[in-house]
Amino acid sequence: MRNLANRLLCLTIAAALAGLALSAPVKAAEEDTVIVDQSWSFTGPFGTFDRAQLQRGFKVYQEVCASCHAMHLVHYRNLGESGGPEFSEAAVKAIAASVEVEDGPDDEGEMFERPGRPADAFISPFKNAQEARAANNGTVPPDLSVIAKGREHGVNYLYSLLTGYVEAPADYGLSEGMFYNTAFPGHQIAMPNPLSADVIEYTDGTPPTVENYAKDVSAFMMWAAEPKLEKRHRIGFRVMVYLILLAGFLYVAKRRIWARIDH
Amino acid sequence: MAGKSTYKPSTGIERWFDERLPVIRVMHDQFVEFPTPRNLNYWWTFGGILMFCLFVQLVTGIVLAMHYAPNENLAFDSIEHIMRNVNWGWLMRYTHAVGGSMFFLAVYIHILRGLYYGSYKAPREILWILGVIIFMMMIATAFMGYSLPWGQMSFWAVTVITNLFGSFDALVPGLGTAIVEWVWGGFAVGNPTLNRLFSLHYLFPFMIVGVVLLHIWALHIPGNNNPTGIEIKAKKEALSFHPYYTVKDAFALSVFAILFAGFVFYAPNVLGHADNYVPADPLVTPAHIVPEWYFLPFYAILRAIPSKLFGVIAMFGSILVLVIVPWLDTSRVRSASYRPIYKWFFWSFVVTGIALGYLGAMPPEGWYLIFGRAFTLYYFAFFLIVMPLVGLIETPTKMPGSITEDVLERSKGAAPTAEGAAASGAPAAPEKR
Repeated sequence: MRNLANRLLCLTIAAALAGLALSAPVKAAEEDTVIVDQSWSFTGPFGTFDRAQLQRGFKVYQEVCASCHAMHLVHYRNLGESGGPEFSEAAVKAIAASVEVEDGPDDEGEMFERPGRPADAFISPFKNAQEARAANNGTVPPDLSVIAKGREHGVNYLYSLLTGYVEAPADYGLSEGMFYNTAFPGHQIAMPNPLSADVIEYTDGTPPTVENYAKDVSAFMMWAAEPKLEKRHRIGFRVMVYLILLAGFLYVAKRRIWARIDH
Repeated sequence: MAGKSTYKPSTGIERWFDERLPVIRVMHDQFVEFPTPRNLNYWWTFGGILMFCLFVQLVTGIVLAMHYAPNENLAFDSIEHIMRNVNWGWLMRYTHAVGGSMFFLAVYIHILRGLYYGSYKAPREILWILGVIIFMMMIATAFMGYSLPWGQMSFWAVTVITNLFGSFDALVPGLGTAIVEWVWGGFAVGNPTLNRLFSLHYLFPFMIVGVVLLHIWALHIPGNNNPTGIEIKAKKEALSFHPYYTVKDAFALSVFAILFAGFVFYAPNVLGHADNYVPADPLVTPAHIVPEWYFLPFYAILRAIPSKLFGVIAMFGSILVLVIVPWLDTSRVRSASYRPIYKWFFWSFVVTGIALGYLGAMPPEGWYLIFGRAFTLYYFAFFLIVMPLVGLIETPTKMPGSITEDVLERSKGAAPTAEGAAASGAPAAPEKR
């Protein structure tokens, strides 16, 4: 009887939470956007990032995205940290040194430029939102640091967006200087199609297709948004094992103590 | 049940303390020897689970506050700084965010348990009302906490909810606007608003701790209710809190912790909203402004009423109505287990709560709105019509005469007499349940 109540309780909680998880994100008025779900190495309780993919994704970011989008929460040092692209120390230094960073003021009170260091945050392409807006047809390109968590459908949305550029349907009144995208809510997007085949050189034999570029850079965005994901999964497993054992021991203890009396 | 103290100071230092500040005696009487009905089921473990939730929120919250910057230009990045650069910051922040959801899950179960078993009925009215006060303070704290990341959903939730006070303009012209601007500390939601939300978010949990202590005090005067709703009649019907309920609560807590950790480590963002990873922008309104899941039923009630003022009144009323529940329920019987009619209304109420939660996440239009209104109607009818009426017309089913009788009825292979069950401490024959 008590066993049953026990199980019912667990089941109820599990069901309630499953319900919550499903109902929490608003699915309301989901338009006719097309989201293509991909399989990713980092999903699931044991998921890890694919280092080579992150390194390729960084290259796509660096050569394409970075010319308009900031990523100010990520630092060059992060590129060499465990659980990320894991570039070598020398590579991180070289990547950082390839940019000019404004520093200062110096002893004369002047700002000055110097080569980047691993401790610097990713440099932004524009000085401020106004400059970004002026240079981009009136739209500020969003910062990409947490973009993979800041959109419904996360990385799948990013992949779908990057591969979702098509000709606008004839009856769609596209505004001047805007583009049509199947994944973007409302379909009218200010960002021109950023990717085309063969624009970025891959050195590891991965075919230089739009799909691969999109997938790699989306994975890179996911890492940028969630740099502790691997550590979280790893520690989570230990915590779960510990808690399940603890619950087992406590259950036995409870049975033994309550066996002393009728109840 | 407060009863006489059974504590015997056995060492010199314990006697020294006992004559000056008898904290050890209080702990012993209230948390070791405290007589607890022997028939409490697992729904009674959520009190302890809630204590755990409060403790977790306090510890993680205090650590987070060491690194957080309550400034409209810094808040969002400071939280990302916690996630990225602070040692174990991601764990603290995800535990705190998921912890809010777990806290509300547990409190809803705890409240529904009280409603089902009539735990609010005399002499436990003050205990119940203190619980409602804690719940209201939790709502305020969670709302203020959700604003702190200063993401899009934070900003717009604050805007929508604080603007509710503007509805008082319908009562006295200018009153609502004055209140809203006073709450904001300016003419729009901005830095002064964020600063005060942070200040109060830090203050409220300690006030909750205070009311929780009163809640436990008020619990320890009449003692626990139990699934039969029959008061303890004989000493043998109670068990000492330790070890029987310490171990049972600990087991339940460990199962709850598995669920908690599952969310923290494997789905930390699933209960949140993607828009809150977009920094607040007063010029861009999100397509759908929705609160966290635990507020959705109340949000549905707010939007079900066509008038803003009455919507606000209904929303606050849906929580405040809990205060008068002890006097709305006219039943002579506490536990719904013996209330054949009320039981159905109770479970309909649970379904209503879940349905309102679902509808709160949907746009208030078409069928969503019609169902929202129907369920809102039932929500209030349950308290204001069902509770007083059903108690008067219903004939309770046959109840056991006492807790002992109930326990013996349920446990197989127990001794045939009540006396057999009372062999305190003596190991009973191994029994199969």
